[in-house]
Amino acid sequence: MNPDLVKMIFGRLNLEALPLHEPILVGTFAVVATGGLALFAIVTYFRLWSYLWREWFTTVDHKRIGIMYMILGIVMLLRGFADALMMRLQQAIAFNGSDGYLPAHHYDQIFTAHGVIMIFFVAMPLVTGLMNYVVPLQIGARDVSFPFLNNFSFWMTVGGAVLVMMSLFVGEFARTGWLAYPPLSNIGYSPDVGVDYYIWGLQVAGVGTTLSGINLICTIVKLRAPGMTMMKMPVFTWTSLCTNVLIVASFPVLTAVLALLSLDRYVGTNFFTNDFGGNPMMYVNLIWIWGHPEVYILVLPAFGIFSEVTATFSGKRLFGYTSMVYATVVITILSYLVWLHHFFTMGSGASVNSFFGITTMIISIPTGAKMFNWLFTMYRGRIRFELPMMWTVAFMLTFVIGGMTGVLLAVPPADFVLHNSLFLIAHFHNVIIGGVLFGLFAGINYWFPKAFGFRLDPFWGKLSFWFWVVGFYFAFMPLYVLGLMGVTRRLRVFDDPSLQIWFIIAGFGAFLILLGIGAMLVQFAVSILRREQLKDTTGDPWNARTLEWATSSPPPDYNFAFTPVVYDNDAWWDMKRRGYRRPLTGFKPIHMPSNTGTGIILAGLATAMGFGLIWYIWWLAAVSFVALLAVAIGHTFNYHRDFHIPADEVVRTEDARTRVLAAGAQT
Amino acid sequence: MSVATTQISVQGSEPIFHVIDEHDHPEGASTMLGFWIYLMSDCLIFAMLFATYGVLGGNYAAGPAPKDLFDLKLVALNTTMLLLSSITYGFAMLTMEKSKIGQTQLWLAITGLFGLAFLGIELTEFAHMIHEGATPQRSAFLSSFFTLVGTHGLHVTFGLVWLVTLMVQTARFGLTTANRRRLMCLSMFWHFLDVVWIGVFTFVYLLGMLR
Repeated sequence: MNPDLVKMIFGRLNLEALPLHEPILVGTFAVVATGGLALFAIVTYFRLWSYLWREWFTTVDHKRIGIMYMILGIVMLLRGFADALMMRLQQAIAFNGSDGYLPAHHYDQIFTAHGVIMIFFVAMPLVTGLMNYVVPLQIGARDVSFPFLNNFSFWMTVGGAVLVMMSLFVGEFARTGWLAYPPLSNIGYSPDVGVDYYIWGLQVAGVGTTLSGINLICTIVKLRAPGMTMMKMPVFTWTSLCTNVLIVASFPVLTAVLALLSLDRYVGTNFFTNDFGGNPMMYVNLIWIWGHPEVYILVLPAFGIFSEVTATFSGKRLFGYTSMVYATVVITILSYLVWLHHFFTMGSGASVNSFFGITTMIISIPTGAKMFNWLFTMYRGRIRFELPMMWTVAFMLTFVIGGMTGVLLAVPPADFVLHNSLFLIAHFHNVIIGGVLFGLFAGINYWFPKAFGFRLDPFWGKLSFWFWVVGFYFAFMPLYVLGLMGVTRRLRVFDDPSLQIWFIIAGFGAFLILLGIGAMLVQFAVSILRREQLKDTTGDPWNARTLEWATSSPPPDYNFAFTPVVYDNDAWWDMKRRGYRRPLTGFKPIHMPSNTGTGIILAGLATAMGFGLIWYIWWLAAVSFVALLAVAIGHTFNYHRDFHIPADEVVRTEDARTRVLAAGAQT
Repeated sequence: MSVATTQISVQGSEPIFHVIDEHDHPEGASTMLGFWIYLMSDCLIFAMLFATYGVLGGNYAAGPAPKDLFDLKLVALNTTMLLLSSITYGFAMLTMEKSKIGQTQLWLAITGLFGLAFLGIELTEFAHMIHEGATPQRSAFLSSFFTLVGTHGLHVTFGLVWLVTLMVQTARFGLTTANRRRLMCLSMFWHFLDVVWIGVFTFVYLLGMLR
């Protein structure tokens, strides 16, 4: 065929883009493809496609969307963790003249993918998923403010994840590190598709994240149950509100800076180039103006989870609710004033560095206040060491260490020594794993019975807990030591054999974490198999305090048959204490949003457009873009987006619950 | 949700834990707030582009500077077009309040024409600059100039697509609650672009000429 025509049709995509010469990738592909085909076959065999489409893919129910976010996050965790294991293995063996088993080209993609996936496609979906599931229930709402937008946001996140995963088998991923600093990420030094996968993966997912942030802010501001003033909101709702404010106030920055990088790469502008007046440090500044709030976007909801868990499992009202709220708000504001601490070595001078060093240290004050609030909540409480509480205690111990090394790094002269060393790597894993991930695990164990009507198996959960926590210390404490000795990040081979033992210990830690993740998957499987024994009929298995526990587990589509009225910031506790009786009559039809497939179609088109842009398949990009506009406009011509759940159906659902509750009360 | 506060007191001492007489949520109750927040997020994108222009705007790389390129008379004309379009959009909103569908459509159409004129003049200016060799690739100043002004132009373009869509919907379905809400959102969007343009005009063009 005419080469020009081929180029027009396929852009720069050709057979060489398939990594057939890399045995590791071929093996991975074989496993993924077999697994994918098996899944496809199972779904087809059981004729589940239409069920999945009707009930899940097109759903606008915040609970189902929340669950889908969680599934996405856990699947991506497996991918991100596989990357971590590969790096640990490489670094443990690449000594004494050995090159390890990963070629530089592949290794560099792995550390980039690990960072990108863990932040954007593990932590973000898990955090957004929990917020999506829990917040409307906690505030007594029927759904979020914009249910269709919620569905669309989710599928955009999936679209971004699909692009990043695709880079594993079609072409390659960026080899630049997870923030893709120019000039390395510019077209001159990264002419391949890697950085383009990075850009479009994040742009597509970023649209979803921003819209979901707007959605949840509106939900919290507008849809709270009567009586729930701002200072009566549960702490998790408060931290979610602050997180979503941060999302809306920081993700556009990421969108803008990535757009500028794309212009440099696609059009040849000179924003971040070395010549024609470009300034690479401009990129570093801009991306960290997004990047630092991002850290708090992840950790604030975790703080909220710990607050709910500590109060529930200590059987006490949360200590210092008001200070907790103010601490959260102060952290939200301060998180915008610290970005430069990520590059003190830029050379902005003593005054600027001092300013950012001091603001960074100040953040530890509200965070410390939170820590004491949790401790005082536990003090003289009747503590039940269930899984969520165990994760919380592990968090408190681990996060304090991470926080202290953070304050250490905030001292500019110390940072000049430790910048980009493994000490930094140990620090941020210490706060992200010890803070965000432990928080998410606490949250998953805490709210799982709400979502599915049965608890997670405690034995396998505890096994997973101990492997994770012990594994974490084995994996990252050696990195502190190595960092203090001056080992920098992202190295593939080492000259000094005396360092090897520390990398072997770290590798052992990663292996323990692998067992922890394995135990967690077994925990899910065992819990599903033993769901009858683990069943929760009450809707309130932990004797908890906030509104989400007032309805059944899992909650009906409409969440609450009657919108609750709130008098106290532990609303459900207050209801239980004052002899609340569930209404049994007087049900009315309930107004609900209808499902729609538009979200998944739009996200699919956006992903196709991204793929076209990555591979220079211009016709595909153009066609997808026009289709995107057409479908979006077409959707606005549909004015009938809601329906009523008939009163009979509400009566049936509520009567069923009455019977279950009565049966539970007798036994 | 002020429904409940009245109900709480009705029952006296016995606390009431749920809303008894509930009404459907009014359609689109959160839309205005949501759209405001969206506008602020969009504003942040512009803030980043302004910041980038602020940092890189003086890096001419031995190429042309604002004084060599900008034609203030043309820009003044262009600004007039956009400001007039905001006024006419305001008239459209006033007539919408009076439910005069024909007049609303007329003002919307005039708004669209002013918008088109704005875009036309902007594109002429761009073409002229590129013809003189002042391309976005020439220097960091020009990269950030074209991106900032171009992003604004792109917003106006999408605003026009939206305007046409809403005119079609108004023609087909009338000034329903949903359509009024949508016209209101576009109105906010349109005025927002006006405000951004004031920034561009002052910061890029006027201050550029003083540099």
